Amino acid sequence: MDPTPARTPETAARALAGHPVRFSASAWPWRATGYLLSGWIPALLWMTGVLVLLAVPAVGLLALLTGIPLAAVERWRVRLVDPTGVRSPHTREVRPGLWGWLGTRFREPVTWRELAYALVFSLGLAWLDAAVALLVPCVLFLVCFPALVVLFPEYQPDPVLGFAAAELPEAFAATAVGLLLLPVVGYLVTGYAVGRVALTRSLLSPPDRRLDAELTELTRSRARILDAMDAQRRRIERDLHDGAQQRLSGLLMTLGMARLHLDGVSTPVSTLVDKAYEQAGTALSELRELVYGIHPQVLTDHGLAAAVAELAERSPVPVDVDIDLPGRPSEPVEAAAWFIVGEALTNVARHSDARHARVGIRADRRRLVVEVSDDGRGGADPTAGTGLVGLADRASVLGGRITVTSPAGGPTVLRVELPCGS
Amino acid sequence: MRIVIAEDAALIREGLTHILDHFGHQVRTVGDAPGLLAEVARELPDVVVTDIRMPPNFRDEGLRAALELRRRHPGLPVLVLSQYVEHRYAAELVEAGRGVGYLLKDRVGDVAEFVAALDRVAGGGTVIDPEVVRKLLAQRRMRAPLERLTSREREVLALIAEGGSNNAIARRLAVSDAAVAKHVNNILAKLDLPPSTEHHRRVLAVLAYLRG
Repeated sequence: MDPTPARTPETAARALAGHPVRFSASAWPWRATGYLLSGWIPALLWMTGVLVLLAVPAVGLLALLTGIPLAAVERWRVRLVDPTGVRSPHTREVRPGLWGWLGTRFREPVTWRELAYALVFSLGLAWLDAAVALLVPCVLFLVCFPALVVLFPEYQPDPVLGFAAAELPEAFAATAVGLLLLPVVGYLVTGYAVGRVALTRSLLSPPDRRLDAELTELTRSRARILDAMDAQRRRIERDLHDGAQQRLSGLLMTLGMARLHLDGVSTPVSTLVDKAYEQAGTALSELRELVYGIHPQVLTDHGLAAAVAELAERSPVPVDVDIDLPGRPSEPVEAAAWFIVGEALTNVARHSDARHARVGIRADRRRLVVEVSDDGRGGADPTAGTGLVGLADRASVLGGRITVTSPAGGPTVLRVELPCGS
Repeated sequence: MRIVIAEDAALIREGLTHILDHFGHQVRTVGDAPGLLAEVARELPDVVVTDIRMPPNFRDEGLRAALELRRRHPGLPVLVLSQYVEHRYAAELVEAGRGVGYLLKDRVGDVAEFVAALDRVAGGGTVIDPEVVRKLLAQRRMRAPLERLTSREREVLALIAEGGSNNAIARRLAVSDAAVAKHVNNILAKLDLPPSTEHHRRVLAVLAYLRG
């Protein structure tokens, strides 16, 4: 921890709550006025821009994204009242290229919030802001009134409250009133500006950071649990291999020797020994299958391509495998990908009536893409608990994405993207 | 024969020693891959039997050691045992030349068969577990050409892969040697493989074909 507490930055809101004299003498009322008075400029520009875009059919859709630049300007303008500013809620993880950017932005809920803000701001708020801020010039007018009287003698103001000071020194009464009103208006305008900034912040800033932190922690702990599970699976596999499997193999050898000694003699004992030998053999085969399902040694030894090829060999539905990996992905990604392919092929065999399936795995530096498709009857429902939920969990923990397209009549395509943080 | 057994599980070590003793072989045992290399360097045995997964990493040290031994002592017969079979391992072994074997540990229980396989390996033959063949046969992309084989031919193919001679296969299937020879020629022809009478080359060819 830092022993010296960081100085909290001064903001209009804190100044408002501070000493009245200090506040009145500070720049905050003027900054608030500037903030409120400058809003109509971006509003006007935005409306003009949208009308231009809508007039050109080819780029009309881009009007939907115009909230983004306006919101950026608005977040920047907030600094007049609150120098801490507002963080952009947009994700930085954008796929390369214009289409990647467009796709990401179109999918973000924030984009639509910003568009809504742009509409509300340009059609109403900006002008209301300006109207409130105009109180300040009005009061300044009162303060400067004697100067007007001197400079423009022919100027005859309408009487206000039966009082029309067209002459000096009466005109100085207006100055007095103006000076009295100035702090009041300063408080009013600054208060309003602080409220406006709060509104802008609530609409244009990322959600509560505490929630963010909790979510991050949750995601991390989920990842830790999965890692622990994978490690546990490897340990169980080791223990079974070194324990039960070896013992059963030993038993099989012992029974084998017993059969050798009983060779050619058919007695009740030899029949029983034969039976025991068969049973031990079956138990060993079953245990081998079980251990394979827990964690295949081939995945540890040879990596994803070999392990997936083996999954394909075991599948009752014919599977084509097409794998192109530049190197070995990290252990969690490898384990998840293997698990996903295994589950997917199990689903294909169980539910799809497919005659043929295909597994494709591709990777570049940033992500690994697994695609499992089949020519079955389709209609796979991600919510019907066909194991797809488990797959989504595996993918989401690693920050991956899973999409299933499965129209009735097929084909079903399961696509999983896993980021490989290399 | 003088046999070196490398196996980290005491139970299996004892089982193997017991069986091979019974058949009059001289057995020495070690518990890990470095021990195996040292033991063979000390005195060259007639045949080596090794487990695949051994300390320190419990991955494929046994296989690596077996291949290393083959490099140091070309032609040294090696029989590799494993709890499960991987055709990749089988392929690596077969590519190392003649006098190699790759079997599931379960096969040791069929004592007579196991000792016969060990003799075949020691005699420069090649023995591959039928499970490997079964898995390779199950591979879908193999389906098309393999579908051209009759079921009897497939049986013969599996026996070839296990390293059986025409004579042994004939006895197993209770048919004449000539009939087996015809089957073998048909298989090699259907799979577009060069005809070969030499067992190891036959096994090699079949496995190479099956791996695609």
